[in-house]
Amino acid sequence: MIRDITLGQYYPADSILHRLDPRVKLMGTILFLVGLFLIKGWAGYAVATVFLFAMIRISKVPFRFIVRGLKTIFIILLITLVFNLFLTPGDRVLVQIWKLQITDKGLNTAIFMAIRLIYLIIGSSLMTLTTTPNDLTDGLETLLGPLKKLHVPVHEVSMMMSIALRFIPILLEETDKIMKAQMARGADFEHGNLIQRAKSLVPLLVPLFISAFRRASDLAMAMEARCYRGGEGRTKMKPLAYARRDYCAYGILILFLAVIIALRVLL
Amino acid sequence: MSIVLEHVSYTYSPETAYEIHALKDVNLEIPDGQFIGLIGHTGSGKSTLVQHLNGLVRATSGHIYFNGEDIYAKDYDMRRLRGKVGLVFQYPEHQLFEVDVLSDVCFGPKNQGLSPEEAKERAREALRMVGISEEYEKQSPFELSGGQKRRVAIAGVLAMEPEVLILDEPTAGLDPKGRDEILDEISYLHKERGITVILVSHSMEDVAKYVERIIVMNQGEVLHDGAPREVFRHYKELESVGLAAPQVTYIVHTLKDKGFDVDGDATTIEEAKETILEAFRKKGRKL
Amino acid sequence: MEETRMEDRQNMIQADRLAYNYVKYDEEGREKETIRAVDGVSFEVQKGDFVAILGHNGSGKSTLAKHINALLTPSEGTLWVNGMDTSDEDRLWDVRQSAGMVFQNPDNQIIGSIVEEDVGFGPENMGVPTEEIWQRVEESLKAVNMLKYRHHSPNRLSGGQKQRVAIAGVVAMHPKCIVLDEPTAMLDPNGRKEVIRAIRALNQVEDITVILITHYMEEVIYADKVLVMDDGKVVMQGTPREIFSQVETLKSYRLDVPQATLLAWELKKAGLDLPDGILTREELVEALCRLY
Repeated sequence: MIRDITLGQYYPADSILHRLDPRVKLMGTILFLVGLFLIKGWAGYAVATVFLFAMIRISKVPFRFIVRGLKTIFIILLITLVFNLFLTPGDRVLVQIWKLQITDKGLNTAIFMAIRLIYLIIGSSLMTLTTTPNDLTDGLETLLGPLKKLHVPVHEVSMMMSIALRFIPILLEETDKIMKAQMARGADFEHGNLIQRAKSLVPLLVPLFISAFRRASDLAMAMEARCYRGGEGRTKMKPLAYARRDYCAYGILILFLAVIIALRVLL
Repeated sequence: MSIVLEHVSYTYSPETAYEIHALKDVNLEIPDGQFIGLIGHTGSGKSTLVQHLNGLVRATSGHIYFNGEDIYAKDYDMRRLRGKVGLVFQYPEHQLFEVDVLSDVCFGPKNQGLSPEEAKERAREALRMVGISEEYEKQSPFELSGGQKRRVAIAGVLAMEPEVLILDEPTAGLDPKGRDEILDEISYLHKERGITVILVSHSMEDVAKYVERIIVMNQGEVLHDGAPREVFRHYKELESVGLAAPQVTYIVHTLKDKGFDVDGDATTIEEAKETILEAFRKKGRKL
Repeated sequence: MEETRMEDRQNMIQADRLAYNYVKYDEEGREKETIRAVDGVSFEVQKGDFVAILGHNGSGKSTLAKHINALLTPSEGTLWVNGMDTSDEDRLWDVRQSAGMVFQNPDNQIIGSIVEEDVGFGPENMGVPTEEIWQRVEESLKAVNMLKYRHHSPNRLSGGQKQRVAIAGVVAMHPKCIVLDEPTAMLDPNGRKEVIRAIRALNQVEDITVILITHYMEEVIYADKVLVMDDGKVVMQGTPREIFSQVETLKSYRLDVPQATLLAWELKKAGLDLPDGILTREELVEALCRLY
């Protein structure tokens, strides 16, 4: 189940999208999301669809990999769909079930909202699938750099993020191990009512927390031993630098946004 | 009364790119009361194998019988099996969670459905077996020393009164003193209580010193199965799969090659000492 | 006065009556007891030496090790690392850069999500220019024979490989000395061999001073010098041969001796005229052949 979450998972491949500067991809994702909310009417969605599928093709990430990420938001998707479908007032009633009615406008909104949500998820997973966690945090750190002046601990937050990303697989493995060890002592994680099940998690969660704290204190010591003293005076092994392709990418993004806005104004 | 494995195979992530055959057609019989050493390099399948024995991992194909009953039969009580076949994982102290030592050891027996009094009775008995005295009962398990924590964790499995005790590298990370204490206690349990013990270990010296039978795993298959003397006779083959024989085995072998009249199968310090002294005696030396 | 200071500077490490106390608190935060983890230890380590520290858990050897990297500073006495007093806060980062540290658990000391990025972490912290970081990373990974894994994720490596990455991470900081706190305790025999091979290469080829804390006696026989700790004190000091000829004393500290040494000692007790301090099986076989 945990493995189905593609959001935040990197898919190694060699594509232009993978090689782009993480700042471009972060900004690109934001611009794409803004674009999605500016869209009005079918023509805009058609442009977004073409754009998104072109990106997926370029990224060389298998399509089923991207779709897998949608599974986790299926419930949210369903709820939005139902709400929009039944609760939007409109001019023409298409279907009437008891007190609920589906109007032409409702159907329209429901479909658009669903597409918007799906594209939103696909768009952002495409970024995380093509960017290593480290690049991602590096990109964030640089983009948010100006906030340092406002005493926002940008470096610390991005360091925390990259460490968290490194330890997620280790802690998942550990969870599996402790679970098995407690099952060997007769623990039952699968049966019983909600309260019993919640209680049965104690023998899993306590060791997991203790282990996480132990690892954290070990890691803090190891970082100190390797001369870590915060972001000041630090150099970078892989400093971010824009290449020509990055400027091209920015160009394409602005073009995309311009087309969306033009369609919104003109149509 | 025994564990029997028939054609047991296990595949990780079948039919994907990550497919790994962790066990391949394993056939074994583990009779009551044996002290068995299970060796193999990392990734040889030994950890997967022991997790099959108490039903934590289900074989992709094949059968496992515990005391004659098929553990994969529809109405087989898997949780009862886990009480009968106790499995102590690597670094078992990482599973401790209760507020005090006694409650932690009670966890297993309580899960078996025993009353709080019975569970406590069992827990006290188990703690005594591993040499943790009563004064520690009310202490937090997290305040104990590394070796003590590990013994409390082992007691947590012993308190379920298993007929078979499996330990996955019980001495990993301990110092020589802690290692000897734990191995001596396990050996005592085996002798006094007649528990079947399966010891997974990387230390050939420990295995040679304690066990009566060695099972060697390699790439998911049983490579050798026999008494230590017989298994370590194949030390060259063991080396080719990333293992080794005890140091003394190499010494007696080299001596034999150099013309000493010694028993090349010696695997412990004691055996090596005897056979070397005997060789000198045969030459008329008074020793 | 001037003369002794000159002498200090020739040693990589010099400890003078070093002691470390820590206070245990009870649940209400009151002082419960003071524990003297290191109790007046004096020793020296010369540049380029390979020194092994033995002792059972709780003997104070890990606490001592953390002093060399200035993760801890002495409660009493003084410790000089490469001529610098570790209590001098102005020199803290110089001390940490001269004496790198490798810990027991390989998972808990790797920071980067990619091998080469982890090795670059130390130099980044030191403010080394980008180009030089790349150079150092490549050299260090080569020194521990891990260059071909540079683009891998640490999570997919074996224990021995992870530990070698951790060592490379320290080597990239160009230290004069590396302290390894039970680096092989969590590894399988093959992983242990890989790591020890890498450590010996650093000592012999790069001339880095090595301080190795271990429980495995087979790893000690290559050392130039062995310190045995018990109850916070250094109780034995000498070459491996000198230390391992005292089998009974070692046993009283609940320590092992190499198998060959133990067998030689047993045979000697039974009346064979073997020399003291046999360390390897080759030595034992040779000595026995002479008698046969």
